[in-house]
Amino acid sequence: MKINKLLAGLLTSVALVGGAAQAAELSIVSGDTGNGLAFLRSQLDKFEAATGNTVTVVPMPSSTSDQFGQYRLWLAAGNSDIDVYTTDVIWAPQLAEQFLDLTEAAKDVAGDHFPSIIESQTVDGKLVAIPAYTDAPALFYRKDLLEKYNKEVPKTWAELKATAQEIMDGERADGNADMYGFVFQGNAYEGLTCNALEWVKSYGGGQIVEADGSISINNPQAAAAITEAASWIGTISPEGNLAYQEEESRGVWQLGNSVFMRNWPYAYALGEGADSAVAGKFDVAPLPAGEGEGARSAATLGGWNYAVSKYSQDPDEAIKLALFLTSPEVQKERAIQQTNLPTLVALYDDADIAKAAPIIPNWKEIFQNAVPRPSAPTKTDYNEVSSQFWSAVHNTLSGNGTAAENLEMLELQLTELKGAGW
Amino acid sequence: MTTEAIAPPVVVPGRAIKSELMRQRARAARWFLVPMMIALAVVAGWPLLRSIWFSFTDASLTNLVGANFVGFNNYLRWTTLASGRTVFQGLLVDPAWWNAVWNTLRFAVTSVFFEALFGMAVALVLNAEFKGRGIVRAAILIPWAIPTVVSAKMWSWMLNDQFGILNDLGMRLGLLSQKVAWTASPETAMTAVLVVDIWKTTPFMALLILAGLQMIPKDIYEAAEIDGVHPVKQFFKITLPLVRPALMVAIIFRLLDAMRIFDLIYVLTPNSVATKTMSVLARENLFDFDKFAYGSAQATLLFLIIAGMTILYIWLGKVRFDGGDR
Repeated sequence: MKINKLLAGLLTSVALVGGAAQAAELSIVSGDTGNGLAFLRSQLDKFEAATGNTVTVVPMPSSTSDQFGQYRLWLAAGNSDIDVYTTDVIWAPQLAEQFLDLTEAAKDVAGDHFPSIIESQTVDGKLVAIPAYTDAPALFYRKDLLEKYNKEVPKTWAELKATAQEIMDGERADGNADMYGFVFQGNAYEGLTCNALEWVKSYGGGQIVEADGSISINNPQAAAAITEAASWIGTISPEGNLAYQEEESRGVWQLGNSVFMRNWPYAYALGEGADSAVAGKFDVAPLPAGEGEGARSAATLGGWNYAVSKYSQDPDEAIKLALFLTSPEVQKERAIQQTNLPTLVALYDDADIAKAAPIIPNWKEIFQNAVPRPSAPTKTDYNEVSSQFWSAVHNTLSGNGTAAENLEMLELQLTELKGAGW
Repeated sequence: MTTEAIAPPVVVPGRAIKSELMRQRARAARWFLVPMMIALAVVAGWPLLRSIWFSFTDASLTNLVGANFVGFNNYLRWTTLASGRTVFQGLLVDPAWWNAVWNTLRFAVTSVFFEALFGMAVALVLNAEFKGRGIVRAAILIPWAIPTVVSAKMWSWMLNDQFGILNDLGMRLGLLSQKVAWTASPETAMTAVLVVDIWKTTPFMALLILAGLQMIPKDIYEAAEIDGVHPVKQFFKITLPLVRPALMVAIIFRLLDAMRIFDLIYVLTPNSVATKTMSVLARENLFDFDKFAYGSAQATLLFLIIAGMTILYIWLGKVRFDGGDR
């Protein structure tokens, strides 16, 4: 019954559908982490049952940089094997030419999503991708340990450092030699850009490249933020944190070996899983703020969307699939099972979600204050901007030059890259 | 003086018959080579020429057809500012490129040196007569047989600072005072990559050297034995000179391979400035940064550097590929 209703809804919402739908063989790529692939499969099974189409999942590496390289190559070659792409929130300006315009297909549903997210996926009036879920990281903390040492949830990075150090030393004295204070994503990749942007923004140091295209990164507040982060390595964070991506930091955290972790909401459901050593012992809070003028808590805006390749041989069915995967039903399931934040405003007031994933309603605020990465002003140069930024930060974290020196150098590189304009 | 007059009529017909035969054989050989040459031109020659062409254009991945010729701008260009200062730009003055060249050279020379050393040791052991030699010979090839991406991923978990078996072993045996983040810290990243590459490629080296060792006649050693030559001296005076042609060819293969190292580093330490090689950097520019022409220039330069090194090596080492020694 439910499935029939869903199908009826889909058929009316897709303007491009004409005549009897033929069964199509579709392919979708996904670099999802954790249980994400299994979840996707379960939703695709429903889609297959409702439409008679078959959908193959092509799994990809979880690193967004790796995925992007592959997708760009496929799209540039006009590859028709992949119909639906799972796209990062930052990719729209770079890949816009190769995806179908979904404005017409999504005209009935676009208004239900957060306008800022729809805007991030719109390039020159063309809706490049439909949002599936949004992402904003939080500070995961061990409430049992904070209670044991009688500590408050840190509001600033300095507090976090002091608390982490004390608990870590205490726990190590109690026999857990593998205990650390804080894990984050410190590998040289897109994830470090997200982490470091939060530090810089939380110190009031701007957003690397501002919305008007001016390069703002070389300032004392930004240097202070990165210097602070560099002081964590080897003290409250393991040296190996310099090579951690999301899953490595979650590994340390979920074994119960860290007091704090910076990660995306997906880690919440997994941390509460049956095999987790920290199940029931942790909670989340907004990331700490920095110090100085303009200091605030900042979270980098993430999120994933579905786009349809313009080389797809079954564009109509592929668009249906993209609409299905971003529909309220699937977003609700995804919120409950995966703690992925919905992009549909109405779902934040949904009683079932509030019951199953109580953190989601709280996240509305975190995510509304989220900071976008400078992908819109830097356009096709974004990847290089991001790479130069994360390299400068990674150098500083690994003790290769001071933050001030590296940021000065970065400003020079960015200026050269910008040339006459982005 | 008379021999000179007689000699030509004797030699010339002989030579003529021989060269007619040779010509026929050469013609046949040429025909047999044609399919291979065509295949090479299609799969290697054409892409190579295209890469070189793109390096002289402003091509981007989304606009390959409409690329414009820009001369040597990707390699080197200069602008004179209003202040009279001249600014050089392009690949030849790009510090990231020279860092990658240095990383690649360091990696290639170090890895090939240790592989040759260990390969020789392993080959000498395998050349000795002992029970089960066949099985050991097959077994030693396993690291070489595993696809690089798989072994790189395997090693990246073994090298992991928190869950890795190497840190666990080191801690238990008391060799390490604290867990080391092998692939994360810039000091150890290159060492980690080298260890994995040496582990993987030593068997290949050993196999090539072993083939050379088996060509050496046993009676030379018997004669040396009878003359009472010390085994160490035997190695340096007999084994090493006789195995040298095979060793030189093995080294050159490995060196060429090592100069274009990509997969291992891409999986083990992607984006680390300490290990970024020419191929990794070229890929990044080609696909991630939308600088297809610039990446092509890097690929072209990589090709020229490898070609230059090969010529230099063959010339300096007097290598002959037919197995003899000049």
